[in-house]
Amino acid sequence: MAEAAISRLKRGTRLRRSLSNYWYAWAMIAPVVVVITGIIGWPLVRGVFLSLTNANEANVERQIGVNKIEATYEFVGLENYLDILGGSEFWDRLGWTLVWTVSCVSITFLIGLGLANMLNRSFRGRTLYRMALILPWAIPAFVSVFAWRMIFNERNGILNNLLEGQGIAGVHWLSDPTWAKLAVIGVNVWLGVPFMLIAMLGALQSIPPEHYEAAEMDGAGPWQRFWNITLPGVRSVSMTVVLLSTIWTFNMFPVIFLLTRGGPAGSTDILVTEAFRLAFIRSPRDFANSAAWGVLILLLLVLFAISYRRALRKQGEVW
Amino acid sequence: MRRSIGTTTAAVAALALAVTACGGGDGGDGGGGAAADGELSGTITYWDTSNETEAAVFKAIAEEFATQHPGVTVDYVNIGFDDAQNRFKNAAAANEAPDVMRTEVAWVADFASLGYLWPLDDTAALENQEDFVPQAWASTQYEGTTYAVPQVIDTLALFYNERLLADAGVEVPTTLEEVKDSTGAFEGAGAVPMYMRGDDPYWFLPFLYGEGGDMVDAEGKKVTIDNEAGIAAFTQMKDMVDSGAAITDTSDGWENMMGSFTRGEVAMMINGPWAINDAVAGLGDDLGVAPVPGGSAGQAAPQGGWNYAIYAGTPEEESPAAFEFVKYMSSAATQQRITEELSLLPTRTSVYDVESVRNNEMVQFFKPAVDVAHERPWIPQAQSLFDPIKENVQGLLIGSASPEEAAKSTGDAYRDILDDWLD
Repeated sequence: MAEAAISRLKRGTRLRRSLSNYWYAWAMIAPVVVVITGIIGWPLVRGVFLSLTNANEANVERQIGVNKIEATYEFVGLENYLDILGGSEFWDRLGWTLVWTVSCVSITFLIGLGLANMLNRSFRGRTLYRMALILPWAIPAFVSVFAWRMIFNERNGILNNLLEGQGIAGVHWLSDPTWAKLAVIGVNVWLGVPFMLIAMLGALQSIPPEHYEAAEMDGAGPWQRFWNITLPGVRSVSMTVVLLSTIWTFNMFPVIFLLTRGGPAGSTDILVTEAFRLAFIRSPRDFANSAAWGVLILLLLVLFAISYRRALRKQGEVW
Repeated sequence: MRRSIGTTTAAVAALALAVTACGGGDGGDGGGGAAADGELSGTITYWDTSNETEAAVFKAIAEEFATQHPGVTVDYVNIGFDDAQNRFKNAAAANEAPDVMRTEVAWVADFASLGYLWPLDDTAALENQEDFVPQAWASTQYEGTTYAVPQVIDTLALFYNERLLADAGVEVPTTLEEVKDSTGAFEGAGAVPMYMRGDDPYWFLPFLYGEGGDMVDAEGKKVTIDNEAGIAAFTQMKDMVDSGAAITDTSDGWENMMGSFTRGEVAMMINGPWAINDAVAGLGDDLGVAPVPGGSAGQAAPQGGWNYAIYAGTPEEESPAAFEFVKYMSSAATQQRITEELSLLPTRTSVYDVESVRNNEMVQFFKPAVDVAHERPWIPQAQSLFDPIKENVQGLLIGSASPEEAAKSTGDAYRDILDDWLD
């Protein structure tokens, strides 16, 4: 944060010189700055502001045809935050969100790395395998999730029919909190593996084959080659994809919402589905509280990103 | 620095989710009412929420309006029932709502309180309003103003498989006790007495009313779901499953209910007139309909149904066409046709005198049921009251909460939603 402030100051002193020398450059980036401010900055500021009010659907300003309704919401300071942090709802949701994120990301990463390793050699039909493994990514997420929902259906679903065919009692996939949690994690892993696979495959292919040849000449076994060449080789890519994947999973709304609607009894609700519930399911819609949840989610992710980068720096990763 | 931009983008997406809904609301004209004379013109966008079977009929009827009025184009859109309330709100706040919307009876007060609906008193949309069934009419009122015109009225009833009941030697049950007692008799027929929806809170209401309870006391501004009757309703529901009298699911209930009923795996289900055509398709003549089984305080099912409402932001010059459209759609002739083709219940008393309607078996059954149906609270928050029930019924059925805990937690959620109430 401090760095950013200092660099801003430095930029300020150089502003005049830059303007006269590089006006065309400034003109070129201006549209980008405007767009970024418009689509990111404004909603962000507006969201933070709303989270400090008691705005809801009934008291925000709106004009509908002949009806003109003035805004009547008030500034309430940190009240929304205190309510949220003082109740158990937020902490329960946060606990499950962390379990969900960590398990999804780690399982997806391990499977992605494993599959990438297997595909990173030439064999017959390699292209076919790659295509097949990318398939989940090519299908729109909601289509996949609906397909999974049919598979998990307790009475008519394929999974339970298979189990019952083997004489095993059907599983309450989406009605039992533990199974429902496993089900959403499973589907998210299924959706996330192709991305990991592609990223890791790219990373693996950037490792020069001579390293392996040299290691083999020196008598290194497969595990030694994996630990000492492959892992360090994919390290920087891994760090990026893990960070991205963590942020995506943390906010992975469609899988949870479409598969279980947060149920049974709210057991699979993560932070964003709860924010959605406040903003869209309740009536009148509670914009203020939903925005407060949104800001808390943002803060958590920013804190995570900062500490993640710190940790990497300490390990000497320039990134 | 690339990372920090990425982080912000992703995180802002979460925030934007919470914020985008409140951006709209500009535009639209606030001019005076210069109604067009003579021939109607303009485009009427009509959002229908009926199910697949019903949609074909509603679409044909709506489009006929355009053939009667050559200057008018009817844009029929079926948006499905599930997310319709949300979609209308999103569209209304952005000034992109349809001119005419089919609204569930409990949504009228919600939309009206937010200023989304056109007040219909003294407009051409209302014709012969004394003719409407009083309970249906009650749902169109918000703070003394009319905001909608009734389309159909309905309630829940017990659908049963006559053949299975005969095989098992079971009489049509009138109470939940009798349903439970019949469990053994159905075992021989390889069936379970009843499918009970565990994923849709609307299906909880017969249990609640059967014990003499209610969600809230809207007049007295009191939350009543966690009183003794409310607890008894949760207990009753749990007991139905525990005793083996009912099977249930906490997700995909509609498909599973219709599937197990039409395959003969369950002998009974609770459902409304909207399911008649599908049930007949599955069971044919074996379908029987009876009042919902009662609890300890009697038989009662919720009053439901649909209304037509006009969006307040409909352009002034198109409003005469919209009024006429609603008048046409709610007219006695249209209602008669809907009943003849779909067996849905009319909301005009005069239509019940028409012979084809009077002789309709489903109308004969459902009309007395609707007459005694339990009115729901016509308050803006009515729809919000369902979410806590859904969550707590799920909790109850998966065994994570006792009936007392489920009732209490529902009541607490209500007090949070209705925070301007005293209690």
